[in-house]
Amino acid sequence: MSLKSSTRQVDGITVLDLSGRITLGEGSVVLRDVIREVLGKGEKKILLNLGDVTYIDSSGIGELVSAFTAVRKEGGELKLLNLTKKVHDLLQITKLYTVFDVKDDETAAISSFTK
Amino acid sequence: MVMMANRVAYTLDSTLDSVNKVEQTAEQLAVKVGFAEDDLHKITMSVREAAVNAVLHGNAYDPSKKILVAYETSPNTLAITITDEGKGLSEDEVPDPLAEENLLKTSGRGIFLIRSFMDEVHIRDLHPGTEITLVKHVSAPETDAKEQ
Repeated sequence: MSLKSSTRQVDGITVLDLSGRITLGEGSVVLRDVIREVLGKGEKKILLNLGDVTYIDSSGIGELVSAFTAVRKEGGELKLLNLTKKVHDLLQITKLYTVFDVKDDETAAISSFTK
Repeated sequence: MVMMANRVAYTLDSTLDSVNKVEQTAEQLAVKVGFAEDDLHKITMSVREAAVNAVLHGNAYDPSKKILVAYETSPNTLAITITDEGKGLSEDEVPDPLAEENLLKTSGRGIFLIRSFMDEVHIRDLHPGTEITLVKHVSAPETDAKEQ
């Protein structure tokens, strides 16, 4: 199963609902393209909903890092929402859990963005 | 105690399709050996990382180069050996992905994840080529101790 994404706006925040696998190849490319597209529209406050992401490999982790740095470079904010246990554990052991702002409640996550 | 082992090996092209096949076969064998859900994920992810390294970093998608994948199962243990025909891998050249200065790098976590998830990892530089062997033992219930 490759990666699927859909975009919605909530109180000025771009929420990207992702589902599937973020792995080397198609999955990573889908994430890269959607981040590029959103930034291209000037939307710089992004919440990545990973609740339905079943699998991330090291390439996928790299793509998340790339998205994080790309958004930050534009002066924006990128946060993660609804990590599965597997993804949570991956971010823990790679020490990225402290780099990303990780949320588990969408309403609280939306409110946490700088207005 | 005599351990009966079964071994199967495949020669595959240096493609992402091969990576997926290597991962799927590992999962099927891991299920047969009897690994729990958590360990299945650790095994499939480690095997995927090793296969990606062989195809991408080792053989650089070169259609003239192949990867050899051998699976060996015995009661409570799965061992996977992946060999490429690339220039070879020196672990000394792999930066520590947990170092502060490397945390935001977009690559370089594969070997680290493999070592985190498997019980034994052996890497041999074949001059040229790299051989990596991953070993996982079925954990005893309610223990997560690693055996080396």
